[in-house]
Parts: sequence; structure tokens; C-alpha cells
Amino acid sequence: MDDSGIIISLQHVSKVFDKTFVAVDDVSLDIKRGEFVTLLGPSGCGKTTTLRMIAGFDLPTSGKIFLNGRDITNLPPYERPVNTVFQHYALFPNLDVYDNIAFGLKLKHVPVPQLDKDGNPEKGIDKAAVKRIKKLIRETRNDSHLSEEDREHQLSSLNEELQKALTTEVPLYKMRKLSAKEIDEKVAHALEIVDLEEMEDRDIQNLSGGQQQRVAIARAIVNEPAVLLLDEPLSALDHKMRVDMQLELKNMHKKLGITFIYVTHDQEEALSMSDKVVVMKDGAIQQVGTPENIYNEPTSAYVADFIGESNIFGGTMIGPKQVRFLGANWACVDDFPLNQKVDVVVRPEDVILGEKGKGVVDGRIISSIFKGEDYSYELEVGKNEITCRDHTARLVGSEVSLSVAPENLQIMEKELTSNVYTDAYIDKNGAVVIDGAAFACDIKTLLKGSTIDENGYLVDPKSGKKYDLNDADVIASFDLDAPELSDDLEAGEITGTIVGSVWIGDHYQYIVRTEDEEDFVCNTPYQWNIGDHVSVHVPPEKIALRLKKGLDSYVAE
Amino acid sequence: MSPNEAVAKPKKNSKFRLFFRLKRRYLAIPYAIFLLLFVVLPMLMIFWYAFTDKAGNPSGEAAVAFFTTPSKWSVLLVSLFLGVQTTLICLLLGYPAAYILANKKLNRNGVLVVLFVMPMWINFVIRTGATRDLLDWIGLSGGKYPWAATLIGMVYNYLPFTILPLYTTMLKLDRSQMEAASDLGANPVQVFFKNVLPQTLPGIVSASEMVFMPVMSSYVISDTLSEGKITLFGNSIYLNFTNSQWNSGSFMAVVMLVIIAITMLITRKFDRGDATARRGGGLW
Ligand SMILES: Nc1ncnc2c1ncn2[C@@H]1O[C@H](COP(=O)(O)OP(=O)(O)O)[C@@H](O)[C@H]1O
Ligand SMILES: [Mg+2]
Repeated sequence: MDDSGIIISLQHVSKVFDKTFVAVDDVSLDIKRGEFVTLLGPSGCGKTTTLRMIAGFDLPTSGKIFLNGRDITNLPPYERPVNTVFQHYALFPNLDVYDNIAFGLKLKHVPVPQLDKDGNPEKGIDKAAVKRIKKLIRETRNDSHLSEEDREHQLSSLNEELQKALTTEVPLYKMRKLSAKEIDEKVAHALEIVDLEEMEDRDIQNLSGGQQQRVAIARAIVNEPAVLLLDEPLSALDHKMRVDMQLELKNMHKKLGITFIYVTHDQEEALSMSDKVVVMKDGAIQQVGTPENIYNEPTSAYVADFIGESNIFGGTMIGPKQVRFLGANWACVDDFPLNQKVDVVVRPEDVILGEKGKGVVDGRIISSIFKGEDYSYELEVGKNEITCRDHTARLVGSEVSLSVAPENLQIMEKELTSNVYTDAYIDKNGAVVIDGAAFACDIKTLLKGSTIDENGYLVDPKSGKKYDLNDADVIASFDLDAPELSDDLEAGEITGTIVGSVWIGDHYQYIVRTEDEEDFVCNTPYQWNIGDHVSVHVPPEKIALRLKKGLDSYVAE
Repeated sequence: MSPNEAVAKPKKNSKFRLFFRLKRRYLAIPYAIFLLLFVVLPMLMIFWYAFTDKAGNPSGEAAVAFFTTPSKWSVLLVSLFLGVQTTLICLLLGYPAAYILANKKLNRNGVLVVLFVMPMWINFVIRTGATRDLLDWIGLSGGKYPWAATLIGMVYNYLPFTILPLYTTMLKLDRSQMEAASDLGANPVQVFFKNVLPQTLPGIVSASEMVFMPVMSSYVISDTLSEGKITLFGNSIYLNFTNSQWNSGSFMAVVMLVIIAITMLITRKFDRGDATARRGGGLW
């Protein structure tokens, strides 16, 4: 065991399904002993897959997983000191509550000191260690990645270790099963922890969802694992039970001192329970931090939108620590280059409402909802809308001023400013093919003042040279504002499904993913839903082309 | 609306409904007649003959004769033994086969299942004749090895019936339970015995039912393949009837019914009302 305090370490772990689908994408993560870590992200972002690789049900396609400094990447699940609470519990219906919980204990072997005839502990060489070192020596010998020098070096140190192991005597241990009495005690204790005393003999089928949940937790913690993995354990419970269980899990974590790795798509749950939150998207980690950190200082519009309610606006830096959005200039604390396009995140509760004209910008209240301890207002500022929280009751239709403390304006570099496709090519009709679909475009833009002849060749009027651009590789790009979405699937060049949507102040930003996993990002004021099937049309004049090779490689005979 | 009307309406309505209910009931009449003629009546006749003598007087003659004639109940023992042996061999062969068939990776589109079940589509008298010729050809003729030949023929005939119910339970195998077992420290062998086997128990039970009982009562296979050297309980009953020994034949049929009832009672305990596991049975 090393002293770094890190119990689980994922190093560049990726998981590819069916050779092409990247479910987990180069994830590196250190988890400290005793921590409550939550993997948070929308459904399908790779949380379960990550957890399954830690448990050993899936092997990473690449990368390594360490537990207490030991490489467990290829260790089968039954040899890992890790236990899982499954999303749908996966209890054994043929066993009763007691036998479910005792399942792991009955398989367990514990070391006991080996005694000689007089009852004194016996000593001898550590056979297991010898075996382990010999295996390492074999592996080092056959490791073709090592240089000759490294190999010699490692072998000599391993041989030294082997000599030591062969000559030192250590107390000998025998492995034995747990006795029925020990199992009884442990099961009883586990049942007490999950509050299911007196339920040992019940059949699994006769338990409520909440009770099954508790059995699943007891079945895992009774083995005293080094790490407990929980995959959306509360998702099948109703709201009230879920909140109760959140508290209980949190208390259990404190009491047991076991490292918890918890998976959820519920950001409230993540924020309220965890020491550390890992926000994931499309198989990759977006941000790692404490709940406060993630909430107050999201590093991307995605995280901000996913974590709690937030207003996101497109803005521009107009000076040192000066940002312009909502048609006004605001002081902020982040510094970016002049004219940098940025996303500005404003949490509703950070907006200060005041008397008209006394703030940075004025707006009009268009709706109001009483939330118990305060009001949630929708305000109209120019053509933008913004959500605010305020304790004062205000009338819908009234004009107010808005201001935000500079440190509460979260500013980040805009993630995307245009769609770029590096695998595009020109087809024989002079259209550009992106992801298998032909988009009409103007190839004349590749050469200023050029024309197109009857063969479809590009003609340079000055030199009279002709270029055959059929099959020419190009990089095609267009603005986020260019794509037009339609529910008439014939209306566009390509169809896809909306997989992402973010409200950015005065418009939505959608990600349309095609069957072949190409993404079209587009800004539009119209509302679509995630999962909608749409066609994408890009007006020819909005597509910018750039040849990968020089124009001269396409001179026609 | 007058009170009279209010009463009258539902009355009309209920008459209408009554008519319909009756009508629906009438639909069952053909089947009821069939049941009466071909199930209830024969059963009554069997019981009548089993417990009367030739003159038609009540008597335990047939029963006494059956239990005191070793040649008679030894046929029963031989049949039971062959039934158990065939069932075990079918399970041993069919279980791994069903497991492979239920594996989506190995059996992409279910073509293999058809291949395994295909023998069922051939008339079984023809199939058995072919089996005999094949066994003769490889030197396992029924004259020399009657038991082995019969056993092989039985296994060949009933293997598909074993595979189908096993296959249907294995299709529903809950992988997360297996993963949970592995997570809790069970190695692959332990996962099999502690989780997969219990999960597939309903399939094993119905597979056994589908083999054990038909084997006991079949006679074409043993007759053809052992060249008449092995007599099974089914043969015996058949012979009794063809020799006009109605009373002893009927009593043996009753014994058969009792054995089936006992097997059903035993297997019901394992089944726990798992209806889908028995779906394979529908094909039989
Ligand atoms: N065995 C598998 N084969 C192919 N694709 C898979 C497999 N398991 C998961 N996936 C895919 O990987 C992605 C991530 O899945 P998962 O880790 O379950 O997401 P999450 O738990 O975050 O909802 C999903 O798109 C899912 O369809
Ligand atoms: Mg999941």
C-alpha cells in the first residue's frame, strides 16, 4: 500500500464497444481513500461503463486501473476487494434475505495464524510472495517493451527481493472459511446498519423496492470492501424515499469509512451527497471538483447548464475584466483577450433586482412563480430572457433593474464558434460531401474570380487553367447560425437526432447527431426536444471550403 | 325521466348481456363433448377395468397379479431406469447446447436453434427406422447391444425436447445476477453452481418432465432399436391390450397415471409458477 492516500486511480482509461463506439474516452481520475465521489452526467455518457471497469465486469480497451497502487486492470471481479450495489439490485431471488447478504461471506477466506503442536505460531518462508516475485521475473524477462538496460536493472532488484523472501521467515497463515457464527454476527450487523432487523427470513420477492434496495446495500457492505460502487442505487425509489436514503447513505459512508463511488444523473443528488463530483459528457470528464466548486465555478457552459439552474449568454470581452452581454457592459473578475467570444453563466440567485435605472441593465418581469422561500421571476431584457430569484414580491409587468456582483459572473471561453468537417470531399457534381451527404456549395470560392465550364471543371480566367475537383479532399466549415433544422426530413441534406440542447440567453444551441455520429451544432431561436429526428439544411452560400492539397494537384488534362 | 324508465333500461341491458354470456358459453360445447368422449370416458373405463375382473365384478385381481408377478413390475423398474438414464444424458448434452444457443454472440440470428430442433420435424417412426440402420452400420446393432441402442435412440429423439425449455430459460438468464455473484467473490465455477443452476432450475425441471414421462411410455423406439429385446412399460400395456387382457392392461395404465401424478407433484414444487419457462412445452 502506498501512502499517497489514493485508493483508486484510473489512468487514460478508454472503452470502445464494437470496435467503433467510444463509451469512455481517455478518463484519468484519482480517488482518495474514504472519499465519497460521484460520477455525474446525462444518461449514456459512460458512467456505468466506468464503474463496471472498476468492478471488473468490463475490461478497458486501453489504459490502466490501480487499487492501492496495484495494477488491477485485468483482475477478474471476484478477486477485487470492491463491491457493487447494482442499479436494479440484482438480488438472488432463490435465496432469502439472510442468504443474499451472507453470499459473499460464505465464499470468503480469511487468514489465521498457523500453529504448531504446542500452539505457537509457526514460521516459514512466504510462499505466496515467492510465487508472486517469480511471476514478475518471468514477465519482466518476456517484456519486449523494456530496453536491455532497464530489464537487467529490474531483474537484479527482483532477484534481490526473491533472495530476501527465500531467506526470511514470516509467521505462517492458513486460509479458512468464516464460521457460521461469524457469518451470523456480520449479517446481523449489516441488517442493523440498513435498518432491516428481523427480516432475515423474508423472501426477496415479498420485499418492497426500498427494502430490496437496503438488502442490496447490506449484501455489498457486509464484505467490508475497500471501495463500494453504487450505480444509480436510488433511481427506482419514489422521491421521498430517495431523499431519506440519500441521508442514510451519507451517514453510512461516514460510519463505515469505506470509499464510495456513486453514479447518478441527478445533479441535486450529486451535489448534496458527494465530497467530489466528476461531471462527464460523451465518455469524457468535463470537470472534477467539490460540489461548491462545480456549482460556483463551472468551467464550461455544459457543466453550468447541467449543474443547477443557470442563465447562459453569449458575450464578448470588451476590455480588461469587462464583458458585454444582454446589451450592456458588465464588470467581471476573469480576464480574456479583447474581443474574445465568451459564454457568461449567471445563477438565478446571483441576480440582484432593484429600482429601474439603478442597475446595469433594465428588464421587465414577464412571469413569477412563488417557490416557498422566494420567488422565481422570468425577465425580459431586450430580446433575451433571464431567470432570477428574489425575496421581494413583484408584479408581473413591472420594470426593474438588474445587476450582478462581478465575482458571480462566471465567464468561459466559448466552446464552439463554427462547425468544421475535416473529412469532406467534393463530388462529381461540385457538391461537398459531409458524412456521406452531398451539400450544394459554391466551389468557385476556392479560386477568386473563377468560373465553371460545361464539364464541371473550375476555370481560372487569367491563366485559362482547368481544375478537376472531383474527389478533392476539403475542409468544410460553416457558422453555428448556418444550419436550418426542419421536421420535414426531406427538407435538408442530412438527417439526425437532437442529442444536446442548451439555452444561451436569446437562442438555443442544439447538437444534431447523424447516424454516423457526425455532429452538427446549430443556433436557433426555435424550440426542439432532445431525441427529435430532424433534417439539417445548410444554405450553399454559408459553406466555406478549404482544399487540403494545393489547387495545382487538380489540374485537368 | 320517470322512475319506471330508469328501471326498465338496465333490465333490457342485462338481458342483452345474459344472451351474450350464454352465447359465449355455447362456444365451449364442442370441446366439452370432445373432452367427455375422449378423455373422461376412457379414464372412467380404465379405472373400471383396472378394478374389476373378467366378469365385471369389483376385484383387486389385476392389482394383486401386477405386484406379485416379478416379470411385470420388473418391466416397470427397467422403464423407470431407462427414463432416468435418458433424462440425465439429455440434460448433460442439452444443457451446454442450450447455453451456447442462448448466447447471442455464438448464435447471432437463431439459425442454430432451428438446426437443433429440426429432427423434431421428421416423423419419428421414420426417424427411428433411420437410427436403427445407422446404428447397424456403425456396428451398434440392437441385436448385440439392445440397451445401448435403445438409449441412443431415446436420447436422439428427446434431446430437442430437452433443449427447448432449457433454451427458453437461458434466454432470460439474468446476467446482472451472475455479475453480482462474481462481484461478491464467486469464481466462474461457483457462479455456475450458485447462480446459473438455480436460475435455470425451472428449465431443467420442465426439460426432465418432457423426457422422463414419454420415455417411460414409449414403445416404438425400444421395439425398433432393441429388436424386441427390451420391453418398456408402454410396450407391456400395449401387449396386454392386444392380448385382450383388459383388466391387467388397465391396471398398469393406472400405475402409469399415478407415476405421472407423482412426478408432476414433485416438479411443481420447483416450478414456482414460472409459466414462461415451460413455453418450450407448448411445442411438444
Ligand atoms: N455492452 C455494450 N455494447 C455496446 N454499447 C454499450 C455497451 N454498454 C454500454 N454501451 C453504450 O455506451 C454508452 C455509455 O453507456 P453507459 O456507461 O451505460 O452510460 P450511463 O451509465 O452514463 O447512462 C451508451 O451509449 C451505451 O449505449
Ligand atoms: Mg448507467
